[in-house]
This record gives sequence, structure tokens and C-alpha cells, in this order.
Amino acid sequence: MTKEKIIYQGAEAKICKSKYMDFDVVKKRRIKKSYRIREIDNRLIFYRTKEESKLMTEARKFGVSVPIIFDVDTKNGIITMEFLVGKRIKDILNDLSEKERIRICKMIGESIAKLHNNNIIHGDITTSNMIYQDDRIHFIDFGLGEKNGEIEAKGVDLHVLMEAIESTHSRYSNCFDYVLEGYKNKLKNDGNLVIKKIAEIVKRGRYR
Amino acid sequence: MLCLGIEATAHTVGIGIVEQNNGKCNVLSNVLKIYRPEQGGIHPREAANHHTIYIADLIKESINVANVSFSEIDLISFSKGPGLGPCLRTGATAARALSLTLDKPLIGVNHCVAHLEIGRGTLNDCNDPVLLYTSGANTQVIAFAEGRYRVFGETLDIGIGNCLDKFGRTVGLDFPCGPAIEKLAVNGKKYLDLPYTIKGMDIAFSGLLTAAEQYYRANKSLEDICYSIQETTFAALTEVTERAMAHTEKDEVLLGGGVAANKKLREMVQIMAKERGASFFVPSKDLCIDNGAMIAWLGVLMYNSGIRLKVENSFIDQRFRTDMVDVTWRD
Repeated sequence: MTKEKIIYQGAEAKICKSKYMDFDVVKKRRIKKSYRIREIDNRLIFYRTKEESKLMTEARKFGVSVPIIFDVDTKNGIITMEFLVGKRIKDILNDLSEKERIRICKMIGESIAKLHNNNIIHGDITTSNMIYQDDRIHFIDFGLGEKNGEIEAKGVDLHVLMEAIESTHSRYSNCFDYVLEGYKNKLKNDGNLVIKKIAEIVKRGRYR
Repeated sequence: MLCLGIEATAHTVGIGIVEQNNGKCNVLSNVLKIYRPEQGGIHPREAANHHTIYIADLIKESINVANVSFSEIDLISFSKGPGLGPCLRTGATAARALSLTLDKPLIGVNHCVAHLEIGRGTLNDCNDPVLLYTSGANTQVIAFAEGRYRVFGETLDIGIGNCLDKFGRTVGLDFPCGPAIEKLAVNGKKYLDLPYTIKGMDIAFSGLLTAAEQYYRANKSLEDICYSIQETTFAALTEVTERAMAHTEKDEVLLGGGVAANKKLREMVQIMAKERGASFFVPSKDLCIDNGAMIAWLGVLMYNSGIRLKVENSFIDQRFRTDMVDVTWRD
């Protein structure tokens, strides 16, 4: 039994560092929540573990960087995946030079476009869920994701990121414009349709 | 400093008098009247008429309960928004009249921020919480970041209270329907699958509402439906709150708004807090629901931080978002 060390405790999972054969891996264990009834808890843990591993595998196939998956255990809600040594975008974005920040934001947008070109909705695109390593943006945490080709779903997906940037990187909220620039460049269909949808979603919110 | 606060954003017209004591909020009086529509949802003009009838007597009552005189009041505070225009204007008009008559300064405050500040002001050790604010109209997860109260998650369609009320009206319960649903849910046994909609830290209830109404039309047990609605919506609310806590790295959680009176919701958020080693806070019920004391308290904080408002600029703002307020009273 390899010794496991919790390196991060998120809202729904514990991230433990471990070994799988000779590889450094992390095990993402979804935690049972005693505040919700068993029926809901089992449904969410099973479904999210399954969807997450499926979407990560697909994303990788379409050229978006994600950690390599070694093992999936849907019964216990554990995904074993490659350990990334990079930094979270959340932790570095505010400290980058203007030029570098713009470049990174465009890269983020391009990656999201690649996901959306293949109808992969991430479901929780925040700067905490992107890791910068080897000059690539790695996406993690697809647990709220789904396969969906609708413009609405793509708009909501980007709207989550817009809100995350506004709340966490409020001094650099123009970052989102550069994300959209990269997004439009790589999106196969007309990116303006999705961008128009985002504006509609914002207005749908209360007091907008 | 003594401040009189006037709340009139929706159903409730409330007057509260507070004083600042060692940086904490001391509530001297907090009186209110709630407009209850005879049928259907809130009618803004009817609600405003209701407030007009009661507001003057409530102001007198608040002075009597607090056992102070009008001349001792140092500041008049009112809900500037968000809310229903006719209701807000009633409260603002009363506030301006008082301010001019007593020759005391006036201040307009954000209703949602007041829900958070009253928790910090009245509860010990509640310093930097993530607020889960759940009421009829509002469902927001709010926390302080980079100089403002930021909305980390919120409903993408209707508020949780509105969801409960709409379902309650469909099945013939009286307003407010939350307490009736809570009672029925206690006897629910069987969980009926309902949509659980989370997008990042945002949340949506309209799909669940439709599904719940379909169960009712299919003659499923009302107790079971109520039980399933509570378990599903509150689990989702607890989850987005926990996500916001993890995201902002805060270890305090505060409840506010009318739905915070629900025991099931309190219990679930409390368990979540305990499991992640965080502190759980909930103000007394009269300070959770819409009330004048919280408006008065936020007025005190803003006034003391140097904010001034002229009567001629004392507009209301129906769409006054939480994150529009520069938080000058916190570091």
C-alpha cells in the first residue's frame, strides 16, 4: 500500500498524492456528504465520476491538455490520474506581465473552443481548474461537465468563467475579452453566436 | 450613535433602531408588518399601499420600543435596492421626510449587503463569512474579495423562496409556503428524483419546479414531493456554498434571508461546515428575515466610513446589485 498524502481538499473531493506503478499520481476521491440523503449522494458521486473520466478522455483525444487517467473506480468515486507539477492559473494570473497575461488568456480561449468544437461542456471553468505546465493549459475538474452541442450550454460554460474572472481577478477583468478573442479564433462555428448568448445569460440574471 | 433604518423592498415594511457598541450592533427595536396577498403572488402597488398605511405607526412604535426620543436619532438609513420600485419609493419617501424633519443625515444602503453585515455585527467571531442568502427573490452566495462583496454564485432563474412559493401555490398552500412545505416534508418518506442543477457555483430551480408540479399532477404523495424538493434544493444550495468556501478559502459560513429560518437548510449547512472544520453562523430569526435593524446597522457602518448622501441624490435603484457597493468600511 502506497502512502497517500492529502494535498488539497476541495468542496467535493480530496486530492491525494500517491503512486501508481512507478508514476506519480493524484487520486481524486469524491467525499460522501452526510448533509445530503443517500439517494442524492450516490447518484451525484457515481454520475460525476463517470462523466468526468469520460469527458477528460475525450478532451485529450481532441487536443486539449488534461491529466492522463490511469484508473477509474465509479463505485467508490475515485479517479487516479497523472500528477501535474504546474501552478494554478488562479495563483499566477494577477502577477503576470500584461503581455503574458493576454497570451495566456488567448490560450485559455483556444482550448475552450477546442472543447466546444466537440460539444464538450466543462461545467466549471474557473481559474482554479486550470493548471499551467510546460506552456500549456491543463484543464481539470470536469465533474459538472456534459456532452451538449447547444449554444446555450456553451454560453453558460463561458459565463461561469466570466464570473470567476470578475470575482477573483477583478482588477484584470478585461482578461475575459482576450479569452473570447482566442475562443473566436479557434471555434469552428460562428463564435459571435455564443458571445451573443453570454450577453443574454447575463441579462437573465437578477438585477441586470 | 443611534440610527433608524427603514426596510421596504418587497413584502415587508420594517423599522429598526440600532446603536453601535464597541464595534458591535446593539438592536434597540425592530418592528415590522408583512403584506400577505389574498391570492397569487406579490402585487407591487398593493404591497406599496400596504406599507404606506403602516409605516408612520411603525416608526412611532420603533421609537417607543427602543425607549428613545426622535431628537436622539443621529442617522436615517433606508433600503435603496434591490427590490420592487413602488415599495422602495415608499420607504425612501418616509426616510427623506424623517431626515428633513429631524434635520439628521440620510443614507441609502444595499439590502443584500445588509443581510451579511447584520450577521457580522450581531454575532461573536463572525468576521469574514461566506453568506448563503436565501429569500423569496434572492439566492446568492456572497463573500468579501478585493474591496467588494462579490457574488460567487447565484440563481440563474428564480430565487429558492420563489420556487417554494410557486410550488405551494400550485398545490394550494398559503403564502409564505416555505413553512408549510417544511412541515409536510417531515412526513415524506420516499425520495422522488428531481433535477439537480448546478453550473459552476450558480444554481437553477425552474426545471425542478416543473418536475415537482408534474409529480403532483401524477398524484404522488404531497409529503414525498415536499421532502424531495427540500432535500434536492437544499443539497444544491449547500454544495454551491461549500464550493464558494473552497474557492475563496474562507472558513466561516453565515445564513441570511427568510429561507434561513428553515430547520432542514440550517441543519444541512451546519453539517457541511462541521465536516470541513468551518464555523457556522445564523442570526436570530427576526434578523434573518427582511427587517429595519439590518438597514440601520449598515447605515451606521457606511456613515462612519465617511459616506454621505444628499436628499436630492437619494434615488432608489431597483437593480442595485450586491457587487456594485464599494465596501469602504472593511480592509
